[in-house]
Amino acid sequence: MTHLPILPVILPGLAGIILLLLTYASVSLRRALNLIATALMVVLGIVLVGVTVDNGYQVYELGNWPSPFGIVLVLDRLSAFMVLLTALVAFCSLLFAVQGFDERGKNFHPLFQLQLMGLSIAFLTGDIFNLFVAFEVLLIASYGLLLHGGGRQRVRAGLHYVIINLVGSSLFLLAVGLIYGVTGTLNMADLAVRAGDVAPTDLPLLRTGALLLFLVFAVKGALVPLYFWLPGAYSTAGAPVAALFAIMTKVGAYAIVRIYFLVFGGTAVVAPIESLLLPAALITLTLGMVGVMITPNLKRLVSYMVIGSMGTLLIAVGLFNEASLSAGLYYLAHGTVVVSALFLLAGLISQQRGRARDHLTPAQAVAQPGLLGVLFFALAVAAIGLPPLSGFLGKVSILASATDSEAIGWVWAVVLVTSVFTLVGFSRAGSVLFWKTSGAPSEPVKATTGHIVPIVGLLGLMVVMTIWGQAVLEFTDAAAAQLADRDAYIEAVMNTPRALEAQALELTMEETP
Amino acid sequence: MTAATSLITLIALPFLGSVIAAFLPSNARNREAWVAGALALGALAIVISLHSAVADGGVVRLQLPWVPLLGLEFSLRMDGFAWMFALLITGIGFLVVLYARYYMSPEDPVPRFFSFLLAFMGAMLGVVLSGNLIQLAFFWELTSLFSFLLIGYWHHTGAARDGARMALIITGTGGLALLGGILVLGHIVGSYELDVVLAAGDAIRAHPLYLPALLLILLGAFTKSAQFPFQFWLPDAMAAPTPVSAYLHSATMVKAGVFLLARLWPVLSGTQEWFWLVTAAGLSTLVLGAYLAMFQQDLKGLLAYSTISHLGLITLLLGMNTPIAAVAGIFHIMNHATFKASLFMAAGIIDHETGTRDMRRLRGLRKALPITATLAIVASAAMAGVPLMNGFLSKEMFYTEALHTTTPFPLLGELLTYAAVVWGIFSVIYSLRFIHGVFFGPPADDLPREPHEPPRWMRFPIELLVLACLLVGVIPGRTIEPYLHTAVQGVLGEATPEYSLAVWHGFTLPLMMSLGAMFGGIALYATLRRFLLNRVDGPPLVRLVGRRIFERTLVFLSWRLARPLEARLFTWRLQRQLLIMVVVTLLVATAVLWGTDFSLPPIDWSAISPGLALVWLAGMACAIGAAYMAKFHRLAALILLGGAGLATCVTFVWFSAPDLALTQLMVEIATTVLLLLGLRWLPRRIKDARSTVRERSRRLRDLVIACVAGGGLGGLAFLVMTRPLPDSIARFFVERAYSEGGGTNIVNVILVDFRGFDTFGEITVLGIVALTVYALLRRFRPAPESIQRPKQQRLAAAHDDAHAARPRGDSIPQHMLVPSVIMRLMFPAAGALAIYLFLRGHNMPGGGFVGGLTLAIAIILQYMTGGTRWFEARWRINAVRWIALGLLCAAATGLGSWLFGHPFLTSHTRYIEIPLLGALPFASALLFDVGVFLLVVGATALLLLALAHQSIRSHRGQGVPAPTVSRKEKS
Repeated sequence: MTHLPILPVILPGLAGIILLLLTYASVSLRRALNLIATALMVVLGIVLVGVTVDNGYQVYELGNWPSPFGIVLVLDRLSAFMVLLTALVAFCSLLFAVQGFDERGKNFHPLFQLQLMGLSIAFLTGDIFNLFVAFEVLLIASYGLLLHGGGRQRVRAGLHYVIINLVGSSLFLLAVGLIYGVTGTLNMADLAVRAGDVAPTDLPLLRTGALLLFLVFAVKGALVPLYFWLPGAYSTAGAPVAALFAIMTKVGAYAIVRIYFLVFGGTAVVAPIESLLLPAALITLTLGMVGVMITPNLKRLVSYMVIGSMGTLLIAVGLFNEASLSAGLYYLAHGTVVVSALFLLAGLISQQRGRARDHLTPAQAVAQPGLLGVLFFALAVAAIGLPPLSGFLGKVSILASATDSEAIGWVWAVVLVTSVFTLVGFSRAGSVLFWKTSGAPSEPVKATTGHIVPIVGLLGLMVVMTIWGQAVLEFTDAAAAQLADRDAYIEAVMNTPRALEAQALELTMEETP
Repeated sequence: MTAATSLITLIALPFLGSVIAAFLPSNARNREAWVAGALALGALAIVISLHSAVADGGVVRLQLPWVPLLGLEFSLRMDGFAWMFALLITGIGFLVVLYARYYMSPEDPVPRFFSFLLAFMGAMLGVVLSGNLIQLAFFWELTSLFSFLLIGYWHHTGAARDGARMALIITGTGGLALLGGILVLGHIVGSYELDVVLAAGDAIRAHPLYLPALLLILLGAFTKSAQFPFQFWLPDAMAAPTPVSAYLHSATMVKAGVFLLARLWPVLSGTQEWFWLVTAAGLSTLVLGAYLAMFQQDLKGLLAYSTISHLGLITLLLGMNTPIAAVAGIFHIMNHATFKASLFMAAGIIDHETGTRDMRRLRGLRKALPITATLAIVASAAMAGVPLMNGFLSKEMFYTEALHTTTPFPLLGELLTYAAVVWGIFSVIYSLRFIHGVFFGPPADDLPREPHEPPRWMRFPIELLVLACLLVGVIPGRTIEPYLHTAVQGVLGEATPEYSLAVWHGFTLPLMMSLGAMFGGIALYATLRRFLLNRVDGPPLVRLVGRRIFERTLVFLSWRLARPLEARLFTWRLQRQLLIMVVVTLLVATAVLWGTDFSLPPIDWSAISPGLALVWLAGMACAIGAAYMAKFHRLAALILLGGAGLATCVTFVWFSAPDLALTQLMVEIATTVLLLLGLRWLPRRIKDARSTVRERSRRLRDLVIACVAGGGLGGLAFLVMTRPLPDSIARFFVERAYSEGGGTNIVNVILVDFRGFDTFGEITVLGIVALTVYALLRRFRPAPESIQRPKQQRLAAAHDDAHAARPRGDSIPQHMLVPSVIMRLMFPAAGALAIYLFLRGHNMPGGGFVGGLTLAIAIILQYMTGGTRWFEARWRINAVRWIALGLLCAAATGLGSWLFGHPFLTSHTRYIEIPLLGALPFASALLFDVGVFLLVVGATALLLLALAHQSIRSHRGQGVPAPTVSRKEKS
């Protein structure tokens, strides 16, 4: 019995609990523990990706209850990919946070680990209600992290964040209720089976459930017109928290892929979403990048960048074909990493600009113009999608994958034109921040090596993704192929040894009345 | 070194140098120049050594796999044409490095300069040597980026910042368009490899996507090469240091556009579309650039517009669809690079030596700078196309072609001829301005600096380039012809036409045109000289709007439009956000259900019990009342909310769900009490009596939306609950709860066993909520009006003060004496009830959640009746630890099953023999439930603590003792 699929849940869970017990222990001990746990998470992520490269699915039946009755965790390439990405981003933002941010409030360390636990559950679960639970865990943990450090702005943005997302949670519950009421199951694979042969009279109801659920994911994924909560929340959060949040929006995209590409994929249920997602994603991308172009504030600029990159990613998903999904996954990784790094950098820049903070107005020069300037330039290049970083490959692969779609004209036009918007936005921001300066800082605040290393690390990830783009794309191709093969998924989850045992028992019970 | 490895070294060298230069100390001007110069020279040597490999139409290739999945190889390819460009890039690059060594001031951060310059050189080499079109676009964008950094090098000036930004935006946008075009091309051909694409010309031209591909690619090329209407970024890029201008505007950057046009000439040209688009752009740029150049007062401005004009010429030649014109275009690329680089350097020397570039102030420099003057005069002559200069040769070829071009419209052919002559006249005029205006006449005496000849080696690059201009112009056959042939073969291959580079073709019509233009130019210059000199900077008649539109747009976007647009698109207002969310949900649900023919099942009114109906009516009234009161009467709203909750509770009992009812009841009690405690700290809200029509209509709208959404929700719920149950997984739970879960209370078995993982997640949520609320309230500072003690406490304190015998703070404990004694007596009983509810949970209504809540409520009551200090003096609950232990207990129970080789949270049931009690059923899930119990107590207590400590904190320092209960002694 291998416990591999649950390790990404257990590890941060236990670490979080222990860190909670150690609330009053010394700072260095808590930092060390958190760093070790997160580093282990990275290792675990690598192991998971390694395991899934060759194998199909690993199904873990919690409580030893046979699928589809109990809750199952399903490890596949997509979930391994997401876990690894989460771990990498988390590790970098944690490195940044232990430079002092973590001590600006209580409970940073346990909340951080519990947040990771929530993310892991979301990526691994094969049960739609359990997905709801995962959303709750990560919502509440993220709310706690968002408030970390305090301040009027944060409390206000946090309130908006939590209220909007709680409304989303209610919607989630409602949708799951509808889906359960029609299909009688919560297991995703079982749902896939039952959605395939749902009675025509039941179809509208099931579709309603699926659509309401889609709206929840759209809120999480900041899809137009449900993205309002994002700029406020992300731009007011502390730099390392915002950096971690970069992965949070991706949960929405992940869930859309999981539910509408895999579970409901190819069934009549998904039809309205197929016609809805692409236009919404195109508008999201446009509006997000318009935001990048016009906003007078660096952190908000990065927040709009999050929305824009979600748009790009969901365009790839919304094309609903294997090639574009693979391109989308590549872009997902790129988008997460670049936005994370940008949030960290924005934190540093804001620290060094005196009272102007991150407002894009002429102000004193930053204390380390060369270093921060080079990093900003590189990250802007990556964000716009210019060479030589991974944004270029991501964009090229998405554009290339759209060639067989009817919407190719729209996709290309929007993706290319919005790239210009980001170009304008970032060049404006960069020239104001680093060039249009008035005098040297009176009391220079300098970033430490510990602040810089995570940003450089994230940049390094993008370099790796460019040079070894082939390997990454091979993996995302394989992941997309796995997602496109619904039957294999159903087979793997519905016919585990335990499930077969239970089915056999059922048969004998029927035969012997 | 094989040819292929030479290629990769060639590309790598500049980037390597860039990295090295970046890390050198900022005062090491010589060392950086040495590094940069040596590397550029090395690259040049490699290029020269590769000549034999490409001389006779040979091609050197190097392919490394990069991302084959995207059709991307790292592919280098050098043919004659690429070789020629590589030669220009490295050769002029080396000269520019040498020149910059003397030009740059020691105060400038020189490492950065050389680092960017070398990186730019590398990117440019990447463009010309790419064997894969995507890779070409890749390097293309890199040139935009590095040119941005180079132009913005002196970023303390606004001109440099704006110029750099404009160049980046225009050329970067073009690069994106180019990428689009290349993707289309790749889609047509099926490969991005240049070799494959070049071989597929017919297929490309015949394809329906040809036009979009062409448009996108031309957009890329035209923006880069500053073709009309995108020419406006180039003059502003003159804010760069002069060596940068010399490099970017002669051999590189702007030449990338025409490079691409020539590179794809074999596959894209030959169609009407190509002819019209490229010729039109080239022709208008040619004339416009030359016209504007005449009216510049800045030396570099003149050269910038002249560059635009010459690029227009090259574009025009490439657009003419004849191989011989293409040859002329390629030839002119080389000629223009040599004379323009030298002219920029000369302008730089003049600027460096005199301190100004304004032609209205410069005169008679011939005396002070004799050698530089001679060199600049020769180079200008080449620019004007004077015979025996290289510029003359390509101009003659252009004239010949302009005369012979065949178009469907004869008128156009004539127009082309006249335009060519007019262009010739303009060129002569602006070249004369450079020569005559600057170097001749009486020496100026009001220059910022006294001019001297520059250092020997600063002049050397110009000397070399001017020599090249002369040699090519005088003996083209011996010097340039074989190399030009190599380059032309690279583009045209077998279609290479016969051509002759002879200086003397006899008295032909082109020569007549040349001479006419020259004398016309001289005559016109003589007439207009004063007029030109006394003007402000800029041309008459034509006012170019491109740049203005660009700047206005940027300003508009980033200032005027930005704020309202941001406020509208990304509203901060929660109410609007929620409204949108609800409306979207409604719309989406309606859209799906619209048109489908199903209706609500008929309702059997007689089956509804009047009692339940009444409860529901009351519940609904409470809910609506709560919403109505929520804004101004929070207390009333809260009480009404409790009423709605109770109705739910009764409903659960009615439908035989005692577990749910019990839980609901406990939750209602705990939340209502905690909310009440919190309510005290909220500031009062004053109702504004005047409500406008707009406000009222908004509320009405909200009411309607709320009713529709609520009604829809109810309808959906009703629909689902009244339809026949599907074959659901619930059956399994009913069947196995006792046999395998070891409990008869199915709800509890589901919670702690079947779906224990969900419960694990949810208790985590509860724990985090408590932690977060505590953290939030720790920083909470109440509104000033809420800080005052409640009325009751103030009355009691006044009473104490009035009676001398009573110490202050005595009354309240006495008031609370009876309830607090009762509660203290009740506490053990409540605790026992909690444990009882907890223990029986697996088989009867109860369980860890309800048990925990019961204990928590008991604790809340103690706090309320006894007071915070009294209770904490006796039992200080470390609530955070309870939460942690609860989670740990649940997780450890789950992990325990690993020891038995079962998955996480597998439970085990057995009967355990206990003395006195006999065999009792025991499920390991009970341990899990202990975790739930602990956590619920801890979380509720933490919420309570947050509120209780708030009241202690707020009153501290007011001179009034908190309502401590010092009753202990008295009672």
